[in-house]
Amino acid sequence: MARSLSGEVAIVGVGETPVGKVPGKSALWFNAEATRVALRDAGLDKSQVDGLLTGTSFVAPFHRMSVAVSEYLGIQPTFSNTLEVSGATAAASIGLAAAAIHSGLAEAVVVCCGDNMLSGMTRDRAVQALVSSRDPQYEAPFGLLVPTTFALTAQRHMHEYGTTPEQLAQVAVTMREHARRAPGAQMTAPITVADVLASKMVTTPYHVLDCSLVSDGGVAFVLTSAERARDFRTKPVYVLGAGESYSQEHIFCAESLTTTGARISSERAYRMAGLRPADMDVAGIYDCFTGTVVTMVEDLGFCAKGEGGPFVAAGEITFGGRIPTNTHGGLLSYAHPGIPGGFFHIAEVVRQLRGEAHGRQVAGARLGLVHSLGGGFATNATIVLGTERNG
Amino acid sequence: MSGAKPLPPVDDDTRAWWEGLHRGVLLLQHCRACGSVQVYQRAMCGCCLGGDLEHREASGEGTIYSFSTVYRPPSAEFKDDVPYTVVLVELSEGPRMLSTLVDMAPDAVRIGQRVQIVYDRVTEAITLPRFRPLASSATTP
Repeated sequence: MARSLSGEVAIVGVGETPVGKVPGKSALWFNAEATRVALRDAGLDKSQVDGLLTGTSFVAPFHRMSVAVSEYLGIQPTFSNTLEVSGATAAASIGLAAAAIHSGLAEAVVVCCGDNMLSGMTRDRAVQALVSSRDPQYEAPFGLLVPTTFALTAQRHMHEYGTTPEQLAQVAVTMREHARRAPGAQMTAPITVADVLASKMVTTPYHVLDCSLVSDGGVAFVLTSAERARDFRTKPVYVLGAGESYSQEHIFCAESLTTTGARISSERAYRMAGLRPADMDVAGIYDCFTGTVVTMVEDLGFCAKGEGGPFVAAGEITFGGRIPTNTHGGLLSYAHPGIPGGFFHIAEVVRQLRGEAHGRQVAGARLGLVHSLGGGFATNATIVLGTERNG
Repeated sequence: MSGAKPLPPVDDDTRAWWEGLHRGVLLLQHCRACGSVQVYQRAMCGCCLGGDLEHREASGEGTIYSFSTVYRPPSAEFKDDVPYTVVLVELSEGPRMLSTLVDMAPDAVRIGQRVQIVYDRVTEAITLPRFRPLASSATTP
């Protein structure tokens, strides 16, 4: 058996700021406030924090975001970095924090992420920030925007497997139903499949309601060793598995648009945890667009390849279904402040495993998966979390 | 047209590609060592890391691998172009490339359609590769 961090590290604190439109706050504030709440949740003094990881901000100018956040909090960590693997940063940062703790680089690591994309940028500037991340020679001259990258994958999925616009729309409807149970969610007005299909087309096959939100918000976690976790007042949530996959940068270099690196990242995470997809009680899946969830439930092993459309349409990703997913409403309805978006999936799964998801609790949830992804499936990261060290 | 659209900043890796397009030729990099064909242009083979690469003229024909018609422009510069269809074209030589379609109504676009390159001279120095349906446009699965 290879050396593994499985069960060696636990999440002992979680904190969130309000989400949605939260004017007047900086990206630093969203990071720091979420961290303050997470430290209070864990009952840990900031002087005990020796590591801090965060993701990039679209609004704040800092090239050393993790250092700027540390300064705001008045701490001087000896392990720190700002991760940049787009949407996959969320799950990837938990894996890296766990590795740092397991290897002795740090003892107590804060993982935080916050941004004010909605209040801090005009829509044009937000879109421009995403456009400017495209290859200036092979992509940008053709007016490729991020949603189009994902739309190309959805169109191909529809072609290969007969996935329908109605099935895609059902994902948005389910996420909205979930958000209605989550206090503070950004979008809570009920919607129907017909509403999604009647909303304005952005980039075929994606309508406005197939696309995630633009939000403000921040979220943070405190991680430490499983041994130390026993001393905390919170119920520890153990990191049982972690896996990543980075398959390409350009969408035209992807070997497949419908079978992704999520298959590799999740297989690695399951293997490390010694668990299977059928063992998972709850999931957080990066839902930047409706179609990503359809492809991901396949690649994460919850249904066979090509059956993601019927799977979501049959109610398998909601309460009472095979794998309740994004019980907070996800990026489509809870909040999507950019890079922080995927971190909210982790917070929700942690709350489910602690039994604290009031009004939306999956009864007896012991094991959960979180999958983060970015860039038209360029980046994929999966973690498996559980209430027991041995899964 | 409102404002200037982004133009490719040509570099040593990609100069032959852009110069080829500007004189109406699609050049693909072939590796003399391992035989792989690559898009995009690099100083080394993305398969074997060999440096013995040869630019060969491509057929300029391919198949639509996937597409998406854009109704909401990414920036003001593309406002007058919507709706436009972004395509992933699988070239006859194997690699895929990203482009946009011309001479084709959005509703008529299908995966599997055969397409042919069109050279769109956008400035005195830059020609962008675009695609249009092949005359006898048979659909393949």
